[in-house]
Amino acid sequence: MENAQHTHIVKYKTFVVVLLLLLVFTFSSVAITQYDLGVYSVTAALIFACLKSILVLMYFMHLKFDKKFYTIMMAGIVLLIVSVITITFLDYLYR
Amino acid sequence: MIMTDHAHIDEHRDDEGAKTGMWIFIFTELLLFGGLFIVYSIYRYLNPMAFHLAAEELDIFIGTANTVILLVSSMTIAMAVTSIQLKNKRLTLILMGITVCLALAFMVNKYFEWSGKISHGIFPGSEILHQSSQGEILFFGLYYAMTGLHALHIIIGVAFIAYVMWLVKTEDVKHDDYVILENSALYWHLVDLIWIFLFPLFYLIT
Repeated sequence: MENAQHTHIVKYKTFVVVLLLLLVFTFSSVAITQYDLGVYSVTAALIFACLKSILVLMYFMHLKFDKKFYTIMMAGIVLLIVSVITITFLDYLYR
Repeated sequence: MIMTDHAHIDEHRDDEGAKTGMWIFIFTELLLFGGLFIVYSIYRYLNPMAFHLAAEELDIFIGTANTVILLVSSMTIAMAVTSIQLKNKRLTLILMGITVCLALAFMVNKYFEWSGKISHGIFPGSEILHQSSQGEILFFGLYYAMTGLHALHIIIGVAFIAYVMWLVKTEDVKHDDYVILENSALYWHLVDLIWIFLFPLFYLIT
């Protein structure tokens, strides 16, 4: 009973698929930033970075298979960092 | 004799608590690097041209190679958790060994990258940087501070994983008691997670 949450064993194959996706996202972000798209290259690179971190968090760090409690805490931290960045930039943009 | 047997039966173990503690530690690390990312983005916003010129100096090839190395090592340590659950001690040790080797490869790359920069006279307090613009000094200051702090985490991660390898070898970590292996894996994924953002910010966005 106590070890119920530990019984989920992630398949090796799942990890291989996740790694392949991560590599595809990495090379895509390298490729897209070779073009001079101005602000869009920054946006594209950050979107790929976010997609990659979601994959790492959900599969490698087991958030998908663990108690929801961990995912909620993680989401809270992301929200905190994003809001601090937003508020700091609002200050610089409109001072 | 009876006393020690009794103590053994009553051994306290709280895997859920250990893992929650690790996650809370990871959150503090994310906030630490989050703060540095804010500093970086504000200075980039204030000095766009200097940051553009300075970022061109970095080698995208080395950056990409190190990204691939870290992603693969993240997969191997994740697989190590699966293999200890499947009671495969030998494979667990091999996968952890690969992770450590990849981490060392990352550090070797970092060594060549940094020593290349330093031999070109680009390091905090150097003559060449003193003659550069304020923005370039800021870029390389942040580059050395943030990738350096990240590299420190790699070294700590290698030591942590090597310690857990020893525990796996001595059967102190096994298929029904492996939370410390899970925690070392979580730490290693954190190192990977930070690099996922460091890489585009320093190497890709120019």
